[in-house]
Amino acid sequence: MISCEEAAIICNKEQYKEATFFEKIKLILHLMVCKTCSKFSKQNSQLTSLCDKAPLRAIPEKEKVKMKKELQEKI
Amino acid sequence: MEQHQLHPDTWVDNYADYLFNYAVARINDAEIAKDLVQETFFAGLKSASNYKGTAAERTWLIAILKRKVIDYYRKINSNKGKAEVRMGYSSQIDADGDWLEEQVADPLSILENDDIENEELGLTIQECISKLPKKQAMVFSMKTIQGMDTEDICKELGINPSNLWVMIHRARTALMDCLNKNWF
Repeated sequence: MISCEEAAIICNKEQYKEATFFEKIKLILHLMVCKTCSKFSKQNSQLTSLCDKAPLRAIPEKEKVKMKKELQEKI
Repeated sequence: MEQHQLHPDTWVDNYADYLFNYAVARINDAEIAKDLVQETFFAGLKSASNYKGTAAERTWLIAILKRKVIDYYRKINSNKGKAEVRMGYSSQIDADGDWLEEQVADPLSILENDDIENEELGLTIQECISKLPKKQAMVFSMKTIQGMDTEDICKELGINPSNLWVMIHRARTALMDCLNKNWF
């Protein structure tokens, strides 16, 4: 049996479709017996669907560094 | 009343993405939106002495950005010599020909509301992200919003994958918490 910490990590990986088949089985088995992790898993999926639904955009990190430099020069 | 202060050195980290989302929703061009955000920061810096501290920093910056967006539309319209009203004639061949009737909003459609609500959701999430510790916010944004590979993020930030997943975990837990309070 895996620990809750391990389950949480796999659950997070699963949100980005990066959990392996074997990890998924371990997670499902854990979720069957652990109420706390089931709740976490549910909320985690909810967060994923919210993030998918919302049009989220970010300025790439490199651009931000440039912006910061330009701004710093004027301070 | 709480007095707010300006911290221009943290503006890019704290507000750039929030303002960017706000601008893109109104301009629909990422490159121009980014420039407007930067111009907003410059303008904020210039008029920092006018800041009375009654509004939060972000509210104040948004107010400047709003003016920038309006100015932008004014400029592109004056380039053409005049303000233009565009009519979207329906291109459907089988349209009845009564275009006025076709332009009326469908009261049963909730699609428009969906867009507005999602826009608000986006800003709420962005606000929650900006409350995270800087590195967590960065990792979460790279992974979730920019959809980068785990490997690439690790390389760029010089961390190992298990570091990354721990940070993702903390970020996600904090975000769930924040959204529970501010969205649901």
